[in-house]
Amino acid sequence: MPLSTTASQKIDKAIAKYPAGRQQSAVMAALTIVQEERGWLSPEALREVADYLEMSPVAVYEVASFYSMYHLKPVGRYVLTLCTNLPCALQGAGEAGRYLQETLKIGWNETTQDNMFTLLQGECMGACQEAPVLLANHQRMCCKITPPQIDTLLAQLRVEAAQEERHG
Amino acid sequence: MSAFLDFGSDAVLLAGLTGDNWRLKDYVARGGYESLKKILSERIAPEQILAEIKLSVLRGRGGAGFPTGMKWGFMPRGAPEKYVICNADEGEPGTFKDRDILRFNPHAVIEGMVIAAYVMGCARGYNYIHGEIWEVYERCEEAVDEARAAGFIGSRILGSDFSFELFNHHGFGAYICGEETALLESIEGKKGQSRYKPPFPANVGLYGKPTTVNNVETFACVPLIVKNGGQWFLELGRPNAGGTKIFSVSGDVERPGNYELRMGAPFAKLLEMAGGVRDGRKLKAVIPGGSSSPVVPGAVMMETDLDYDSIAKAGSMMGSGAVIVMDETRCMVRCLARLSEFYHDESCGQCTPCREGTGWLSRMMHRIEHGEGRPGDIEALDRIAHDIMGRTICAMGDAAAMPVRSFIKHFRDEFEYHIEHRRCQVADYV
Repeated sequence: MPLSTTASQKIDKAIAKYPAGRQQSAVMAALTIVQEERGWLSPEALREVADYLEMSPVAVYEVASFYSMYHLKPVGRYVLTLCTNLPCALQGAGEAGRYLQETLKIGWNETTQDNMFTLLQGECMGACQEAPVLLANHQRMCCKITPPQIDTLLAQLRVEAAQEERHG
Repeated sequence: MSAFLDFGSDAVLLAGLTGDNWRLKDYVARGGYESLKKILSERIAPEQILAEIKLSVLRGRGGAGFPTGMKWGFMPRGAPEKYVICNADEGEPGTFKDRDILRFNPHAVIEGMVIAAYVMGCARGYNYIHGEIWEVYERCEEAVDEARAAGFIGSRILGSDFSFELFNHHGFGAYICGEETALLESIEGKKGQSRYKPPFPANVGLYGKPTTVNNVETFACVPLIVKNGGQWFLELGRPNAGGTKIFSVSGDVERPGNYELRMGAPFAKLLEMAGGVRDGRKLKAVIPGGSSSPVVPGAVMMETDLDYDSIAKAGSMMGSGAVIVMDETRCMVRCLARLSEFYHDESCGQCTPCREGTGWLSRMMHRIEHGEGRPGDIEALDRIAHDIMGRTICAMGDAAAMPVRSFIKHFRDEFEYHIEHRRCQVADYV
């Protein structure tokens, strides 16, 4: 599957941020763009990014495997990353983590059977005044997350998924 | 108009912010970009601005506290390709000030970067933003577009012969990229592993060219120094640490948040601003400068002022100004176990003492916390931490080791109790 037009347009915009011949600098942006579109980064996706940026596939793999927010294996439709580092732990991340696992009936690093949610433990997201902090699909930050808010979020994401399905 | 956010009455960096007034027109209404206009219209010599920065005793706000004027002075004159970089990869546990500066006042950072570029003769800059704060990255993209459209960045800024291009670059989950040379590797499209120093970035930086990396808060101070003078800034703080400092207070307090205080303000005042210890409990311990700084017993911290020298005297460091508060119900073994897990997780693997040592520390801490500690474990922890320190390319090795040594030093009885009784000494509500 070649890169979509939308993805390549976005990657071109990222490449333009760097001096001529330094397109490798856009690799993090490119991987983020492709992952956003496909959910995860398959070996084939890494090769496409490598070809596009004129990098060796292993150089792209090195980057994709180094940064924790890239997924090299399939994940659920929504990746929920809860920060459990010390400031969040002091402000209720333990309870939020237990509630997420009970509600979703999965452990850390697992995906629900319907492939809707993957649950991860994260490290500091730099928003500890609003701890505990949860990131949905790495972009949507949910602050001061408590069991009732987790219920609301999960319901909301399910509705969004259903709407996206309907609109193809 | 929405109410001003309360960062304290000393606030100069965060004064007048509502959360909604981040756009260029709002910043200009607050007197923003006046410093840049003045510099360019009056053709103020870069040396003159550098002298003000030096006079202000502005010290790097990212954690190391290195004098900013001196750092800028290291940049070679005349090199054709030079870079100025903003380090917004704020991932030190407990630190969240740069996020507030960037989302509430992004143009202050942009203006600071443009002035820095003018002083050092850089034609291009990047703002490296922590991947986890995606919404802030998007806001910075908008802010840079606004600044470019208004002619504050780009070619021939405000009709002068000075040109500077600025772009945002996002991280994607690697604590190590907050270290400046790892950050440079990351911008070059590689895994973020630190480089040997020397050569320092001022000589060999981004793409091998002279580069200066400063923290978000450092850049945000620059327009104020240009506008009000270095002496004004210096007098806000202490003789060897000018200005105010934003402290990020988290953990067991009533009102976690960012509070801006003059350098040298008492810790007790900061704690009071944050509403005191949550639920009226007693203060047990404080990590005063981000998770990498040594922990300090609460009683000592209550007598300490918040500036580089005073915190050093209390046995710790100012670091990023991230103050993590722990109350009397907290188990210090458990707190350290979580921090050790973090450093193990984030070690980039380049240096053996850090790669292996953080794993040993984390596994031993896990064992002790879960009642499986053995006699001799405490000594082994301390020895491993000692052996990591000073033996790695970057400061992350020290960052992993310092908490361990300080937790053991101040709370040894809790570690001993855990090992001897195979359970926790304190009631714990984590």
